[in-house]
Amino acid sequence: MSAGLLFASVGVILFALGAAGVLLIGHLLRRILAFNVMGSGAFLVLVGLAQRNGIADPVPQAMVLTGIVVAVAATALALALVRRLYALTGKIELPQDDEG
Amino acid sequence: MMVWLILLPLLWASFAFLLGRGRGVWLAMAGLLAQLWLAYTLAEEVVASGVAMHAVGGWGAPLGIDLVADGLSAAMLLLTQCIALPLAVYARAYFKRDDPAGTYFWPLVGFLLAGLNALFLSADLFNIYVTLELLGLAAVGLVAAGGGAQQITAALRYLFATLVGSGAYLLGVALIYGAYGTVSITTLTPLITAEAPDLVWIAGGLMMAGLMLKTALFPFHFWLPPAHGGAPAPVSALLSAVVVKASFYLILRLWIGPFSSLTVAASLVVWLPALLGTLAIFWGSYQAIRAERLKMLIAYSTVAQLGYLFLIFPLLASAGALQAGIMQAFAHGLAKAAMFMAAGALIKATGQDMVAGLAGVAERMPVTLFAFGLAGITLMGLPPSAGFLAKWQLIELALSQQHWIIAFVVLVGGLLAAVYVFRVLRQAFLLAPASSVMTPVPRMLEWTAFVMAAASILLGLRGVELMQLVGVT
Amino acid sequence: MKRLLVVLGAACFVVLLIGAMLDLAPAGIALHAAVSANLPSSGVEHPVTAVLLNFRGYDTLLEIAVLLLALIVILAVGIDSTTDVRPAASPVLQALARLAAPLMIVVAVYLLWAGAFRPGGAFQAGAVLAAAAVLLHLAELLPGWQSPGARLRLGLAGGFLIFLAVGAGLLFQGALLEYPPEQAGWMILLIESGLTVSLGLILAGLFLLLSRDDGDRS
Repeated sequence: MSAGLLFASVGVILFALGAAGVLLIGHLLRRILAFNVMGSGAFLVLVGLAQRNGIADPVPQAMVLTGIVVAVAATALALALVRRLYALTGKIELPQDDEG
Repeated sequence: MMVWLILLPLLWASFAFLLGRGRGVWLAMAGLLAQLWLAYTLAEEVVASGVAMHAVGGWGAPLGIDLVADGLSAAMLLLTQCIALPLAVYARAYFKRDDPAGTYFWPLVGFLLAGLNALFLSADLFNIYVTLELLGLAAVGLVAAGGGAQQITAALRYLFATLVGSGAYLLGVALIYGAYGTVSITTLTPLITAEAPDLVWIAGGLMMAGLMLKTALFPFHFWLPPAHGGAPAPVSALLSAVVVKASFYLILRLWIGPFSSLTVAASLVVWLPALLGTLAIFWGSYQAIRAERLKMLIAYSTVAQLGYLFLIFPLLASAGALQAGIMQAFAHGLAKAAMFMAAGALIKATGQDMVAGLAGVAERMPVTLFAFGLAGITLMGLPPSAGFLAKWQLIELALSQQHWIIAFVVLVGGLLAAVYVFRVLRQAFLLAPASSVMTPVPRMLEWTAFVMAAASILLGLRGVELMQLVGVT
Repeated sequence: MKRLLVVLGAACFVVLLIGAMLDLAPAGIALHAAVSANLPSSGVEHPVTAVLLNFRGYDTLLEIAVLLLALIVILAVGIDSTTDVRPAASPVLQALARLAAPLMIVVAVYLLWAGAFRPGGAFQAGAVLAAAAVLLHLAELLPGWQSPGARLRLGLAGGFLIFLAVGAGLLFQGALLEYPPEQAGWMILLIESGLTVSLGLILAGLFLLLSRDDGDRS
C-alpha cells in the first residue's frame, strides 16, 4: 500500500466517523466538529487517491485548498447559527420533535 | 454571453451589500430583468444552433472548466429567472422597512441566483460542488435571517442536511478523480463504461445519495417542512420552487451523462428513485392533509410533488421522459411559488397562520384566493394547466412501457393533492366570524401571486416550445 | 437502535470503499503533465497557484463568493446581545501581541509575493492577516466589530469585485478569465493583492463579528 493509498484509507475512515458523528451526536458544537472531520476525510481521499502512484498532482491540491475555504465558510455560518440559538433558547442541542 | 447569467447576479449582490442594510432593490430588479432576457436569448440560441459551450480561461476541459448550455440547462435557467423576477417584486412589497428578515435579503438572493445559474451551466464535477455550497449556504442564510428560535432551528437542520449531502457528493467526486484523473463531465461520459471498477459504482451511489438528501426525497425529507414552512413567504417560495430542483437537475444530469452506462447495466437500480418517489407522494400528501398550519401544508405538498419528478427514472429509456420531468418541474415551480406567495398574503391579512383561521378570506381577498386556486389546479393536474400536461405525459409514457403502477401512482397522487387543496379552499369560503379583523395587504402581493399562478396554467397551452427546448442535447 | 444501524452502516461502508480503492488501475488522464506543459504561459511559476488562479480560477472566484456570503449571513442572522464577562488580558499577552502583529503583516505580504514561486498566495496571506487581527482582539487591543460601516464593507467586498472586474473585463477579448500570457503575471498579482486584503478582513470578520463586546463602529 503506497503512501497515497494510506492517506486515502485514513480519509475514508475519517469521513465515515464524521458522517456518523453528524447523524448521531446531539450537541451542536460537536456536530460541527464532526462535519469538519468528515470534510477533512474527503480532502484526504482527494489528494491521497489521486497521487497514489507517487507523482505530485497540483490539481487535487488546488481543489482541496478551495474545499478548505468552503468548509471554513460553512463552519463559520454554522457557528453563528448555533450561537444565535444559544442566545435565544439557552440550549445547545436541537429540539427532538420535527414538527415546526 | 451565458457567462453574464453568472456574473450579473454576483455583481448586483456585491453592490447590494456595499450599499448597506436593506438597500439594493432597484439594482436587483434591473439585474433580474437583464438575466431574464439573457436566459430567453440563450434558450432561443440553443434551439437554433444546438448546445452552446464556453471554456473558462480559454483552456478547455479537462485542464480548465467548461460551461455547457444544452436544452436541459437552458430550460432550468429559464425557470429560475422566470420565478425570480415576480418574486423580487413580491418580496419588495412583503418586507416592511427594518424587518430583520429583509435587511440582507437582496445580497443573499443575488448569491443564491448566482449559485443556481452557475450550477445549471457547469460541466465540471468539482465546480458543481462549489456551486452547490454557494447555493446551500445562501438558502440556509435566507431561512435563518432575522428569525427567532424556531427559524434558526429549522435553518440548522437544513444546514446539517445540506452539508452531509455535499460532503457525500464531494467524496464521490474525489473517488472519480482518483479513478479517471479528470472531473470534467464531457470528458468522463465516454470513459465510464459498464465495466467500470467497483469504486465508480460507490462514487455514483454516494453522489446520488448526497443529491437526494438535498432534494428532500423520502426518506431524506425531514429537513424540508420546518425550513420551508417556517421561513418568510418569499424565501419559502424561492426554496420550494427552484432550490430543490437544482439538486434534482444534477441527479438527472449525472444519470443521463457520466453514469448512463451504469444505470443501463443495472436495470433494477432505476426503480429505487421511483419507489422513493411513490413513498414521497403518499407520505407528503398524507402529512399535508393533516397539517394545521397553512405553510406546513404547502411545504408537505412540496415533499409530495417532488416525488413525481423521480417517477421518470424507469421511463428514461424512451424519448419524452426528460420532457415530462422538466414540465413537471416547471409546473410545480410556478404553482408552488404562487401558493407560497398567496399564503404569505393570506397570513399577513388574517394575522395568523392556521388553516382553520382562513374563514372569510374568499370575500375579502378574492384575487389571492383565486391565485391559490389556480396553483392548486396545476398541482392536482387538471387541464389545461402545465401540471396536467406533465402528468398526462407521464401516464402516456408509463402505459407505453407497460409500467401500469406508475400511471396508477400519478392518478392517486392527483386525487390526494385535490384533498389538501380543497381543504384550504373550503375553509376560505366559510363565512368569517364576526370578531375577525383583516388587515389590508399591498396589492403587489396579490397580483404577483396571481401572475405566477396564471403562468403555470398558461404554460400548459404553450408546452410545445418547452419540449422542443429540452430535446436539444 | 438508530445508533447501531448507523455505526454498522459506516463500518461496512469503510471496508467496502477501502477494498475498492486498493485494486484500482491507474487513471487514464494525467493532468499534472498538462499543468506542467502550460505553466510557462500561465503567468506564475508554481503549479498549484497556476491551477488556483489561472486554469481553475473560476472555482476560486466562486469560492470567494461563498466566503463573502458566509459573512453576509452572519450579519443577517444577527448577533446576540449577551455581554460575556471576560477576564482582562494580561500585559504579557498585550506586549506579545504588539510585537507579533506587525511581524505577521510582513509575513503576509511575503506570502502573497512568494505565492508565484512557491507555496503561498492570497489565501495563506489573508489567513495570516486575519490571525493577526484575532490575536490583537484576544489581547483586547482591537475591539470587536458591529455592523460594518461603508469603508469596511468596501474592504470586505473589494477583493471579490476586483476579481470579477478583471475576469469580466477579459471577457470582451476572449473567454472569461482568459489572461493574455504576457500580462497574466501582473494581473494575477493584482487579483491576489485585492483578495489578500479582502480575505483578511472577511476571515477576521467571521471571528470579530461573532465575538460580541462593546466595540466601536469602524
